[in-house]
Amino acid sequence: MELIIFYLVSSMAVVCAVGMIVAQKPVTSAVCLVAVMFCLAVLFALLNAHLIAALQILVYAGAIMVLFLFVIMLMNLREKEGLVSAHLEKVQMVGVLALGAPLLWVMSTAKVFVGAGGDVKDLAEFGTTRGVGALLYTEYLLPFEIASILLLAALVGAVVLTKIKLR
Amino acid sequence: MGIAEMIETIVKIGFIIGLTIGFFAPMLAWVERKQSAVMQDRIGANRADFFGFTVIGLLHSLADAIKLIFKEDFIPRGAERALHTLAPVIAVIPSLIAFAVIPFGGKYTLWGHEVNLVIADLDVGVLYVFAISSLATYGVVIAGWASNNNWSLLGGLRASAQMFSYEVAMGLTVIGLIMFYQSLSMVDIVAKQDNFFHWGIIWHWPAFVLFLACAVAENKRVPFDAPEAEAELVAGYFTEYSGMKFVMFWTAEFIEMVTIAGLCVALFFGGHHVPFITDAELAGGFSFLGPNVSNLVAMLIGVGVFIFKLVALLILQMTIRWTMPRFRYDQIMKLGWKMILPLSLTWIFIVGVGILTGVMPSP
Repeated sequence: MELIIFYLVSSMAVVCAVGMIVAQKPVTSAVCLVAVMFCLAVLFALLNAHLIAALQILVYAGAIMVLFLFVIMLMNLREKEGLVSAHLEKVQMVGVLALGAPLLWVMSTAKVFVGAGGDVKDLAEFGTTRGVGALLYTEYLLPFEIASILLLAALVGAVVLTKIKLR
Repeated sequence: MGIAEMIETIVKIGFIIGLTIGFFAPMLAWVERKQSAVMQDRIGANRADFFGFTVIGLLHSLADAIKLIFKEDFIPRGAERALHTLAPVIAVIPSLIAFAVIPFGGKYTLWGHEVNLVIADLDVGVLYVFAISSLATYGVVIAGWASNNNWSLLGGLRASAQMFSYEVAMGLTVIGLIMFYQSLSMVDIVAKQDNFFHWGIIWHWPAFVLFLACAVAENKRVPFDAPEAEAELVAGYFTEYSGMKFVMFWTAEFIEMVTIAGLCVALFFGGHHVPFITDAELAGGFSFLGPNVSNLVAMLIGVGVFIFKLVALLILQMTIRWTMPRFRYDQIMKLGWKMILPLSLTWIFIVGVGILTGVMPSP
């Protein structure tokens, strides 16, 4: 049962990811990106990491929505947006292949994806709200707080920048 | 997953879909017309009849359904055909699947089989609802964009800004409740409300008021219906929709109302619990029927109580809808960011102090 869902969802994720790159219109790309993120969330849920799955949708749905609005508001062209000439397309293809093939090789040989990480003590607890919360507020408290202060600084910075523009 | 669990899940999904799409969506359409008529001293829909029987206007839902099925499905020139068709589907699905984590009863043992009356008992229940409801924004914005109509686009943009703002506030209003019950799982939260004095509404009524305001704003109903303000934007994001696609937006709105009511019942009004009577006492009252039948009776009473509370909250939402005038767009934004957000942050602080000092005994 889980295997069927896994193959179904991951193949859908791959199709949507390809669709995102191939799509001619930026809005279609954004919709495909949302679909990819949703599929990834389902994969997280299959791995028993329900919190990460929920956060994946919550954070990325919002983030891509902003991207979506950028596309609508800033790029007013309906067609032929972001299209490059046929000559440039070939250069892009070569570049993608030249960089992508080694990356694929590294990923297939690397051992980082095999087995559980060092900090995961109890696999049943891992990914639950309790498990993630306990790790965040004990072992990783300092990096967590630093990250939150950095984000706050970025937020305040954005507000200050827009205020200056208004004056 | 065994056969029994599979059947149980399918029955529960069927029950919820039947309850929302099959019963509440057409009934709410009727209530909306009839209640507004009563409140405005009119008679309301009463013309559709079947061999002369009008059944107090109830047949209008059926007549509307038949009419809308046979209406022309119109896609405007220059619209994005695929996205225009997809948008109503994207709008209706999140409102349906958000109901999956709302428990409509407790846990009962029937003939040796444990029945838990919730479709998915997720560890992150409350977060799941917020995640799914954030997806609902897409249906509206895509509809507005794909219609190739400026009114639609403006409606979609308004909806996106409004739903974003109120999602933040709505998430914060329930943090106090989560701190109080020490769980994100809806099943746990409902289970901890078996004592009437632990109901969310007793300790967290300010959170309930804020939550309901945010939820109505999320659902884009009056007084927060600026995205579809007919005086300014024709009909907002669904201006270019007709027939069944239009009905899908409309169904999504009603199902969201039911989901909001379900959330409020589960978080604030004790779910399926009868005040002052625990599940065990309820089943014990029917113990002369034998253990299985008494559990079954307790289960049916629990589901009945849940639906009763659901209807009460739906009527409350309907009354709000027909009592308030529409807010101006800047008023909506001001209310969300400058009033509800600081208030909910203050409430989180108060609950934290209350729990730490023991004034607010966490169950």
